[in-house]
Amino acid sequence: MVKLTRKDIESVAYLSRLELTDEEKDKLTGHINRLLENFQMLQELDTDDVEPTSHVIPVSNVFRKDEVTPSLPVEDVLANGPQVAEDCFVAPRVVET
Amino acid sequence: MADKFYELTAHELSDMIRGKKVSAKEVAQSFIDRIGAVEERVKAYVTVTPEIALEQARAVDEAIARGEEIGPLAGVPGAIKDNMSTRGVLTTCSSKILYNYKPVYDATVVERLQNERFVMVGKTNLDEFAMGSSTENSGFFVTHNPWDLSRVPGGSSGGSTAAVAADECAFALGSDTGGSIRQPASFCGVVGLKPTYGRVSRYGLVAFASSLDQIGPITKDVTDAALVMNVIAGKDQRDSTSLDISAPDFTKALRDDVKGLRIGVPKEFFGQGTDPDVEKAVMAAVEVLVGLGAEYKETSMPSVVYGLPTYYIIAPAECSSNLARFDGVRYGLRTKNASDVISMFEKTRDEGFGAEVKQRIMIGTYALSAGYYDAYYLKAQKVRTLLRRDFEKAFEEFDVLISPTSPTVAFGIGELADDPFAMKLADVCTIPVNMAGIPGISIPCGFKGDLPIGLQIMGKGLDEETLLRVAYTFERNTEWHTRKPQI
Repeated sequence: MVKLTRKDIESVAYLSRLELTDEEKDKLTGHINRLLENFQMLQELDTDDVEPTSHVIPVSNVFRKDEVTPSLPVEDVLANGPQVAEDCFVAPRVVET
Repeated sequence: MADKFYELTAHELSDMIRGKKVSAKEVAQSFIDRIGAVEERVKAYVTVTPEIALEQARAVDEAIARGEEIGPLAGVPGAIKDNMSTRGVLTTCSSKILYNYKPVYDATVVERLQNERFVMVGKTNLDEFAMGSSTENSGFFVTHNPWDLSRVPGGSSGGSTAAVAADECAFALGSDTGGSIRQPASFCGVVGLKPTYGRVSRYGLVAFASSLDQIGPITKDVTDAALVMNVIAGKDQRDSTSLDISAPDFTKALRDDVKGLRIGVPKEFFGQGTDPDVEKAVMAAVEVLVGLGAEYKETSMPSVVYGLPTYYIIAPAECSSNLARFDGVRYGLRTKNASDVISMFEKTRDEGFGAEVKQRIMIGTYALSAGYYDAYYLKAQKVRTLLRRDFEKAFEEFDVLISPTSPTVAFGIGELADDPFAMKLADVCTIPVNMAGIPGISIPCGFKGDLPIGLQIMGKGLDEETLLRVAYTFERNTEWHTRKPQI
């Protein structure tokens, strides 16, 4: 069985966009390994010919009528923004100049 | 001393308001006073909304004065779990990352209750983002069980079930991903119904695991559960997973009759860790139903023992994706210590999320990552199919399945904090129901000392009516639901 190292945890944390403290990394390493051990019991089951279930209800491609309905006012949409300006959310620079 | 309107059920209050025996305002004030008297000890609410309640009650009284026709929930005080959007009213998911978030629209369930002129008394506490079984994972504070304030109310809808049990509202809404309505209902001695997946719109419910989440009622009796279902069930264009099937009048299912009903009792739901007193109470409840004309047989559902690990792959996988939206850009917390955009995401999420949420995001991200997807997520989805098949097979032979709602009664605050596996076992009987998407209800069926025991009744997809009929029959012929905690 795969056992996660602290380095693995760091890379999963990066993928998850979580900056963890050293203490959190240690705790999660132990904890996630225990859960993975527990997940091993699923390997007892032969599921080679079993279809996966992603959703329990058989609906797909649900469309509504193509009618224009009012959108939220811009000021409402921006009302919860931590930093807004000129009808936009402000975030740290992404593109180098 | 004013009349104790807060002790009444929703349907009793409704009859009195519609019969003009009491005004909606008097009822609202009674609940506001009750919250004032006990909330300090119970801590069921993240936000209490007395001004909104009185304003809505005034509108109901005016409508009655004008001679308008009003619905069964008009003027009835209800509480909303704090992961359902309420326009202009804080909706925190009990998370620091949404400490200041005020939605700009209502969840469909809230909108439907408002169309019926219910009276909103507040937003209830939960395990952060509905992840937990005790409400101890709230990012703000722990809710206390009204039956024993040193114990947990269960979770994640522990604020809603505690508020109903403590008479701090007449009914509440909860959400249930792996048992979050039924397990706390069991711990608090109230009725909790998780409808069939797709029966109730999830629009405006802050998503945890989208293929499992479902909203349902938490009430003082079975009749109230049917009344609330009548309002919240039905197709919603804004939730593409809500089923395009018109909802029945659920109150028509409230019949005192289980003659010929076939009950299955699957032995896997009484696994290791089941309190013998809980088992005894559940089997005594089955005997009550048999005495009223039902038949019962023990049965087996082998896949049920794989429910927990399957859930702890699927739910975190879906949550890791759903919670990606909390990044400090559009709402909620934003760190003050960011140097660039990536560090803003990382620090905001580290500061805003609690330990359990981080852990589940990490597990989910890992289970979905390249190279591990087949071993974990795909495998879990296949086991989910086995679980569905076991239920389908059982329902060829039985009308309902019965089990404990949770293997134990409410545990002490802090008691299982260092043992995450013991905590997860609290949901072992409820998780399979979400996996299969079928409906399940928890009703009180006994006590261990002063602590309530819950009976879970499970039914075929879209057959809430049979669940309600069985639950109603049991309630009519027993008195467990009439007991109230001394707070």
